[in-house]
Amino acid sequence: MKRAVIAGLAILVFGGARLPYEHHLAELQNAAGFRTTKLDLSLREQLGQMGFVASLSGFRSLIAAYLFLEAYDAWTTPIGETGQQWSRMANLLSTITTLQPKSETYWDMAAWHMAYNASVAALEDETQPSEPLRKRAQKQYWELGRKFIEDGIANNPRSSKLYATLARILVDKFEDHCAAADAYAKAADCPGALPYLRRAAAYELAKCEGREREAYQALLDLYNRGESERTPSVIASIKRLEDKLGIPPEQRIKEPDAQ
Amino acid sequence: MSRSTAPFVSPRRVLALALNTLTELSRLKIFYFLLVFALLIIGISSFSSQISVDQSEKLELQMLKDVALGAMSIFTSLIAILATAMLLPKDIEDRTIFTILAKPVPRFEYVAGKLLGILILLAISTLVMSGLFLAMLWFRESSLLAGLASVPLDDPETRQEVEQIAANIRAAAFNDNLLPGILVIYIKAAVLAAITLLVSTFASSAIFTMMISIAIYFIGHLQATAREYWLESAGGTWWSETILALVALIFPDLQAFNLNDEVVAGAAISLDLFLRTAGLGCVYVAVYYAIASFLFSTREL
Repeated sequence: MKRAVIAGLAILVFGGARLPYEHHLAELQNAAGFRTTKLDLSLREQLGQMGFVASLSGFRSLIAAYLFLEAYDAWTTPIGETGQQWSRMANLLSTITTLQPKSETYWDMAAWHMAYNASVAALEDETQPSEPLRKRAQKQYWELGRKFIEDGIANNPRSSKLYATLARILVDKFEDHCAAADAYAKAADCPGALPYLRRAAAYELAKCEGREREAYQALLDLYNRGESERTPSVIASIKRLEDKLGIPPEQRIKEPDAQ
Repeated sequence: MSRSTAPFVSPRRVLALALNTLTELSRLKIFYFLLVFALLIIGISSFSSQISVDQSEKLELQMLKDVALGAMSIFTSLIAILATAMLLPKDIEDRTIFTILAKPVPRFEYVAGKLLGILILLAISTLVMSGLFLAMLWFRESSLLAGLASVPLDDPETRQEVEQIAANIRAAAFNDNLLPGILVIYIKAAVLAAITLLVSTFASSAIFTMMISIAIYFIGHLQATAREYWLESAGGTWWSETILALVALIFPDLQAFNLNDEVVAGAAISLDLFLRTAGLGCVYVAVYYAIASFLFSTREL
């Protein structure tokens, strides 16, 4: 009994000694991007009690992978079998991104499914006879896709992939070329950016009313980088802007018409 | 008359006990779980490769890493708890403990041998699982890169894009953080083994040890939350603060070793952070071993 008391006291003393160190270590891990995910009670409702406990016990990534397979299953289930697949997918993708907010791939997939697949399905939904309501649902899915990607960027501000997806959604769904140009430019500034992103930013800027001069300069910068950037689209865009901005002939690029 | 005395601490004796423990556990077919692990990662790999046909290569690699590292964490934690919980009761039931302790083997060496045996078992398991996982990752990476090789690279624009995609695939497959991530999984399992051994020194049965250790596993993951509330909250009732303080003081902070969710997503573990985390794990193992030896030294068998 005496030994048990001594052992208990030793555990408490050890606890007291390690507590400040663990607190400091948690802060260091937090600063390095670890242990930053906050799991709240709404997630508990989505995951159920066991899933919530498991997610708190070191299996967040595993549960996210499992839920992604469920979302994939919901996606591949024919529409006729369940009319709820898109809202179910939206819920699952929301849970997945809450569990793994640092995974850009899940945010990207969530945005793509909502903005492209779900929105098209909503527009073609034969169970909804009212066209205005179908269009309204379509727009809601666009907005949901945009929200997913914006939340993803907030959690992964150095992700080229997420900025590029945001730009594509802005172009394809919202026809907002100005915002898309900014998003592509940010994507091009991130690590691991694909080389086309800088050009895409300039192309979108060229379509942005009032920013033609800026677009012309961006395209000219690309052109002056050398042969690798002198693609037919870059040359054609410069020529179009030269005409639009009334650039003097001696300042125009010396290229045959790309068209 | 001179009497030859055995050394107070003998690493050879500890090693002999550890190897004996390892042999015992091997006979219990503990390693069969590796087959389950292999099937799991082969299954998820082939399934995720179908998903990514029209989508993203990174998704396929991420799914593989998510499942493999998650499964490694589950398997090593389970082995640490279940195998360790059986060690002392089995030795008592088989009466081998009496044969060992009848020789000049101090009890703290016996406990050290048992702990070292389970740590070696965990190391072998982690090593084999890592080998299987990294081999599968390499295989998937090679397949994805081979798929890119079929793209005609006639113009410099396409070549640039393909080179960047290939670089992104390589970065998504292997990164420097996988190794410290795997080591942290091992360290967490080692802490669990040490605390399970501590529980088993006063437990009445293997089942009791397992139940308590599994409870510690779950509470240990919530310990950090209790600690932060206790240290930062003000105005709570005295009893709620007492409970939070006790949870924080008694239970290990297992969240400190829970870095893999972020490792999969690409977060970097610096050497300093890894060493601090590993150091904490080593201190846990050493302290729990010391308390276990202390409790076991006078236990009636």
